[in-house]
Amino acid sequence: MKIHEYQAKELFSQFDIPILPGRVAFNVEEALSIAGEFGLPVVIKAQVHVGGRGKAGGIKVAKTFQDVEVHSKNILSMEIKGLPVKKVLIAKAVDIREEYYLGLTLDRDARLIVFIFSTAGGIDIEEVAATSPEKITRVNIDPLFGVMDFQLKKLIYDSRVDNDKIKDILKIARKLYECYIAVDASLAEINPLAILTSGEVVALDAKLIIDDNALYRQPKLEQLREIGDDLDELEAEAQKLHLAYVHMPKDKRGSIGVMGNGAGLVMNTMDEVTRAGGMPNNFLDIGGTATPEVVEASLNHILKDEVVQGILINVFGGIVRCDIVAEGLLKAYERLPRKVPIVIRMTGTNEDLARELLEGTPLIYASSTEEGACKIVELVGRQN
Amino acid sequence: MGILINKNTKVIVQGITGHEGSFHTQRMIEYGTQVVAGVVPGKGGQSFTEGGVSIPIFNTVESAVRETDANASVVFVPRQFAPDAIMEAADAGCEVIVTITEGIPVNDMLRVVNYVNSRTMAVLIGPNCPGIVTVDECKIGIMPGHIFKKGPVGLISRSGTLTYEVVDTLTRGGVGQSTCIGIGGDPVIGTTFLDLLMEFQADDETEAVVLIGEIGGSDEEEAAEYIPELGKPVVAFISGRTAPPGKRMGHAGAIISGGKGTAESKIKAFEKAGVPVANTVQEIPPLLKELL
Repeated sequence: MKIHEYQAKELFSQFDIPILPGRVAFNVEEALSIAGEFGLPVVIKAQVHVGGRGKAGGIKVAKTFQDVEVHSKNILSMEIKGLPVKKVLIAKAVDIREEYYLGLTLDRDARLIVFIFSTAGGIDIEEVAATSPEKITRVNIDPLFGVMDFQLKKLIYDSRVDNDKIKDILKIARKLYECYIAVDASLAEINPLAILTSGEVVALDAKLIIDDNALYRQPKLEQLREIGDDLDELEAEAQKLHLAYVHMPKDKRGSIGVMGNGAGLVMNTMDEVTRAGGMPNNFLDIGGTATPEVVEASLNHILKDEVVQGILINVFGGIVRCDIVAEGLLKAYERLPRKVPIVIRMTGTNEDLARELLEGTPLIYASSTEEGACKIVELVGRQN
Repeated sequence: MGILINKNTKVIVQGITGHEGSFHTQRMIEYGTQVVAGVVPGKGGQSFTEGGVSIPIFNTVESAVRETDANASVVFVPRQFAPDAIMEAADAGCEVIVTITEGIPVNDMLRVVNYVNSRTMAVLIGPNCPGIVTVDECKIGIMPGHIFKKGPVGLISRSGTLTYEVVDTLTRGGVGQSTCIGIGGDPVIGTTFLDLLMEFQADDETEAVVLIGEIGGSDEEEAAEYIPELGKPVVAFISGRTAPPGKRMGHAGAIISGGKGTAESKIKAFEKAGVPVANTVQEIPPLLKELL
């Protein structure tokens, strides 16, 4: 789960990571009044869950109140990478001497946490990694031991940093690790970590991604979730219904709805639909149990996209009884808000009974994923 | 034969009285697995008596191991308690620990994996996995037992039902299996493709290996590099060719991020290693027959 810069900064300050005062405005009036309170100049920053805000024009410095009005109005009516900006952070503008990067994230390959530091701050770290990798230092942290002082020293001293500021940076790094663990983050980033002309070291930006699996024990953070912010409408709705649903991006979205039990199986079903000449509309994993209620809710959800002209259901039975799934499907079909061709592929206990039950009904039976994909593409028409 | 588990493996079920634990304990026993003990803190001294069996329950894994000589464990306990349960099993000397539980926070798993690997000799399979089956000998986990058929092919997969689909297709296609392992769909897991390829290399019964990967991470690429040294043929399959970047496809680990973990990159790595990549599940049995 992504949270906004201003929310991440609030958390950082709870861990004594120095930040500059700032507040969120939802409209121009609020922006002006906050700017009046802090005194000019101020910086106005779009609060959206994507990177590259600066490049997109979502961060502006305002030296006059007229600037505050113009920039906040502009930014609040902006879309950045498809996401509408609904709020801006207003913070006191400061003079910066140096900009560094400090971040922590999961190193999936090493199965450790990785601390990353760079003297090239203020720009995308992946860009720095690609263009000047010598400016980046990394240290792997084993969470069993926690972060050790020598590791941080290695991280920071190897870079060309003002010696008088190293102590401050080391302290911030320790605090950042503390925060990373305490809030169950999978990414914690300060970019830039700035040394001001006044000599202060502060986190000018803050980025935190919280592990979804840990939200059960982070009730305060769970409240920060903004459903819909990085999801489209149907994905947001699916989240409320507890359905594991992904809508294909617009440019790759076809008219064949796909659902099944198990993530790998559903991904493979989408691949098969594509191979057969169709285009999947979505991914929907109904999970291990495949109860009639979940199947019906899933069918209804897929059909909410008017583009969907047919659905392929793939259930690998194993211990699920296919005849029960078939009966449930027939009942659900009667109640569907709109009828489209449905192909169901099932294997497992009582497969033959299920096939008999479906004979002569509008539901079409298939015995393999490949066959199911071919049948639904035949019914809906080729798309690729 | 087969790898990691066999007919002599004695299994503890952690969380044997829960809904899932209870149901799958019975399925494991039906398959012929020696389930020798259950562990539920606070219920030590009681017995698990479902489906006509009676299995003693212990408070700790250590006491269960001491009393029953168990050497493997399967973890069904809820995610809040699962990390500790895994480390407890490893500390008690279980050689194989299969974790079915899903939804464990990734920072917890980092601690668990590093603890298990650095302090104990245990092999951790999972979490968020369907388990392991050495055909006709021992089944630990939740895979449906009836789809397997004894034979020379080892199978490693990140998936659940897709694994069953592949096993079923192999069996129907006349290709039997030695040991099949679902390693789990999370970003941080205990045992990887590479670890298990090395196990299969040393197993006389296994003549070829099927590797079922999916988008996300780079475990497939790492495994591909090793395959030329394996000395046994491998057939690979990757699901998620149509998955869009940046979206989590059901499994926590199945996500293409920052351009990494795409199906193309994995397929390319296998092709570079001379490993045939099946385009569909149906293509796997004929490819194997060519190589066997």
